[in-house]
Order: sequence, then structure tokens, then C-alpha cells
Amino acid sequence: MTDATAHDPGTAHALATGSMITARDLRKSFGTFEAVKGIDVDVRRGEVFGFLGPNGAGKSSTMRMIAAVSPVTSGELRILGMDPATDGPSIRARLGVCPQEDTLDNELNVVDNLFIYGRYFGIDRATCRERAAELLEFANLTDKAKAKVEDLSGGMKRRLTIARSLINRPELLLLDEPTTGLDPQARHVLWDQLFRLKQAGVTLVVTTHYMDEAEQLCDRLVVMDKGLIAAEGSPRELIAAHSTREVAELRFGVGEHEAIADKVADLGERVEVLPDRLLVYTDDGEHVLAQVHERGLTPVATLVRRSSLEDVFLRLTGRSLVD
Amino acid sequence: MSHTPLSPTGALSVITFRNYTTYKRHWKLFVTGFLEPVFYLLSIGIGVGALIDSFTFNGQQIPYAAFVAPGMLAASAFNGALMDSTFNVFFKLKYEKLYDQMLATPLTTADIARGEIVWGQLRGGVYSAAFLLVMLAMGLVHSWWAVLALPATLLIGFAFSAVCMGLTTYMTSFQDFDKITLAQLPMFLFSATFFPVDAFGDGVLRWVVEATPLYRGVVLCRELTTGAVTSASLVSVGYLVVMGLFGLWLVRRRLDRLLLT
Repeated sequence: MTDATAHDPGTAHALATGSMITARDLRKSFGTFEAVKGIDVDVRRGEVFGFLGPNGAGKSSTMRMIAAVSPVTSGELRILGMDPATDGPSIRARLGVCPQEDTLDNELNVVDNLFIYGRYFGIDRATCRERAAELLEFANLTDKAKAKVEDLSGGMKRRLTIARSLINRPELLLLDEPTTGLDPQARHVLWDQLFRLKQAGVTLVVTTHYMDEAEQLCDRLVVMDKGLIAAEGSPRELIAAHSTREVAELRFGVGEHEAIADKVADLGERVEVLPDRLLVYTDDGEHVLAQVHERGLTPVATLVRRSSLEDVFLRLTGRSLVD
Repeated sequence: MSHTPLSPTGALSVITFRNYTTYKRHWKLFVTGFLEPVFYLLSIGIGVGALIDSFTFNGQQIPYAAFVAPGMLAASAFNGALMDSTFNVFFKLKYEKLYDQMLATPLTTADIARGEIVWGQLRGGVYSAAFLLVMLAMGLVHSWWAVLALPATLLIGFAFSAVCMGLTTYMTSFQDFDKITLAQLPMFLFSATFFPVDAFGDGVLRWVVEATPLYRGVVLCRELTTGAVTSASLVSVGYLVVMGLFGLWLVRRRLDRLLLT
């Protein structure tokens, strides 16, 4: 794999630094709206890197710039050591892109979606046919080879989109919200496939707003908010840095949470008021529950759990709804 | 393993292959486009032509049908090119997101522009080739210059395919295509297809008709199939070449603006 590409100065650079993507003060504006406001990112070879953030955080804009289909407004961006402004086709030749919505070719059947897509890369017919058959197997779609795309279920379409993005054996695979809209079974099948790709040495860049997905998949991630990076690290590091060990969840009657928050504020490091419950951040959840009962408060339901990435996410990006 | 991105001609053949594959399923739709100009030739050229005793063109007596046929030849290239470069391109651009898919690969907007324009041109070309055979069979070809009629129809197809695809990129809904239909029908009827341009007199109207692209295509085809070729024929060739190149430039620029944001 590396032998064939070692002459390429871009690859040589990427191999030397181990960096698949480098961004410095990367910005993207649409008219007067600044979607990405200066971010620094380094994605290393072989890792699964995540972009987390609420809608409108700038994740998709960043992904489109990395996919070499959206010109950089300012700052520096290198993908596989190359500049997307001048080497777009060469970058895209080595990239796999799985967009947020399944943009499959509905005028072609399932196997032709793979075969013809491979031909767009300049891969010869025989190899395209071979890989199309392999990828149908990988996506569990072999018996659907001649089916129309519109007859596939949502999960099948997603798997076909991912299979298609692998036709050129990419070194770097970009997945924009890969499991949005899938049922739990389909998500687990997909995660398994993504793990297998990682094992095979493919570098994955994933955007998601599912925290469990990010915790499962990502070696490292950045949390984006309003076009900036709010935090960076491994899921475990982020939890350690931005949350407590445990969380005590207290559920009271409707509308009581605001008032009760003051009465338990001193029990934890921090208290969050959600519409349906209170979250008390602490290193000992059971102790907090005991104290709550001592104070004569009677929550309808309680739960002690470990902090998750979701707590980090909510803390960093706020609780207000973003449309 | 790394692959060298396709050359422009390689990209062109792959996009053509993709379009050809999709049409294998819809060959019946393809056939209907060929029949329309044949029906016009039969009803107007032959049917109405029977009422016309003598028809003089370029100083010689020819059957009226031989006058109408090259008009329909040009129109078949025109109609064929329009079918793919308008509705189909709009559908691929806005709903199928086909070009976004292609741009996730090493293909460029220039590749897409060339591939789609050439496809429209080929569709018109296939109709024209079939129509030319009909003309031959009916004895409506009167000159060896007619061997150049097929390249001429390809040129007409290129010019219309390119410009119409360019205009299509400005459309926002299917209703906007009424404007294309609104321009298509009068162009088809009044571009000296069924009667000589002299009928417009010597005023502004004639000047307007002579400046329209289908008129240039019609007279070029007519000059070739009747043997009335002069150096003036080159004006039509030049006109259509410039029009096509302008369309190609426009499509490329518009795709950049719409898709590479």
C-alpha cells in the first residue's frame, strides 16, 4: 500500500509526521456568517477521530473542507499532506466519504452503485467488479445486488453508502453522522464494521451527536460549539477534566426542580436543572442520595451512574436547544 | 493502493457509461423522442406538401418535403439535447444529488460539465442519425454534402445541450421549465423549419429569426442536405461552436458556485 504511493511528496510528508489531517486556524464563512471560526486539528494515522457538537456547531462545514469540496476561507488545511485548494482530485482519490444523507444513485441498481462509483476513481473494470462483490459481502447485501436502491431499507442504504465509500480502499474515511436514523441493531452492525476498518488500518473521522457512539468509537475527539473547539481529548480524559466521577439523578414532580435545586446545591460540585430531573455532580452518588433523604426531600425516582460523555457535552455546549 | 485520477476523456467515457446504464432500463422513453420529428415530416412535409405544386429553394425546384426534412433533422438534435440537459439535469442536480456524489471522487466540475453536455449531445445525435436514415430512405437527400449533416447535428446538440444545461442550473423548481417550453415551441415553428425566412420580410423580425440558434442549425442542415453550401454556411458553424463553448464555460462556473460551497 505504501510502496505505491511513497513517491508522492504528500504521502511522504504524511508518513513522516504521521498526520492525516492538519488544520491551523481553519475558518469557513458563508457570506457574513462564520461557520468555522478558527480551529486547530491534528488527526493521526490509524486513529478514530470524532467531531462532536450540537447542530450548527460547524462539524459538517469542517468535514466538507476536509473532503476537498468546500474551499477554505482562511487558515491552513493539509489532508494527507496535500492542499485541497490545488490537489483536490488527488486527495479525493485516497479519501472515502460517507455523507450525512444517503446520496446513492437511485437510477442504478445496488451493485452498479458500487461498480460505477469505482469507475469514477479510474479503477479498472475487473478490479471494480471484484471489489463490488467483496463490498456487497461486507455490507450483507449480496442477495440484493440487482435490487433497486429505492427498495432498500434505511439500514441497508446506509450500509451501501459506507460500502461505496470503501471502493477505492481509502486511507482516510470521513463519516458524517453515520448512524443517524438507524435502529439499535443496525447501529451495532455498523459499529462492528467500523471497528473492522480501524483494525485494517483505516483512519476514521466521524461526526456524531450521539455520545454513546463517540464513547464507543473514538480514540480522540473534539467538542465543537459555535464554530470553535470547546474541548479536546480522549473520551476518558474529557470526562475526567470536565465532569465528576458520578452523577446522582433526582426526579421530582413536574415544575418542582428549579425550587429544589437550591436545597441540594451544596451536596455536589455542581447541580444541573433539566426539565424532568436534577443532576448532582459528585464523586459519591450514594452519599448524595442519603443526604437528600436526610433533608426530608422525597424524589419520585433516583439513579446513581458514572459520568458519561453526555455530561461533558451538555456542560460544554449548554442545554439550550439549537435548531 | 492509489489510483491516478481519470484523464478528461476517461472521465467523459465513465460518465457516459453511467448514463447509458441508466437508459438501458428506459429505452422506451428514448424511442419516443425519435418519433416526434418523423411525425412532423409525414404530416407537414408529405401531407401538407401534397397541396404545394411547386416549391423553389436556392433557385431550384425541390419537393416541399425535402425543404422540411432538414428542418426536422436539426429539430431532432435540438429536442434530444433539450430532453437531457433540462429536466434530467435538474433532477440530478437538485434531487438525486448525483453531482455531489461524483464530487466525492476525483471527478471535477469540469468533468461533470463535459460528461453531461456530451450525453445530451449524443442523445440528439442518435435521433438525428436515425432521422437521416429515414430521409435517405424517403429520397429526401439531394447532395453528398449530407455526409456532413450528422456532424452538423452533433454541433447543434452540443450548442443546445451546453446552453440549456447552463440555464437549468438557475432553475429553482420544475415550474421554471415552463420558460423553456415557452421558448422551445416558437423556435421549433418559426426557425425556417416549415417555410423560408423570406416570409418575415426584410424587417427586424427576420433579423431576429436569423440570430436565433435553431435557425442557424436548420439552415446549416438544409444547406448540407440540398447541396446549397456556401462560405456563409461557416457563419452558422461558428455561431454554434461559440454558443456551445459559452455554455460549457457557464455550466462549469455554475457547478462550482452551486456545489463547491
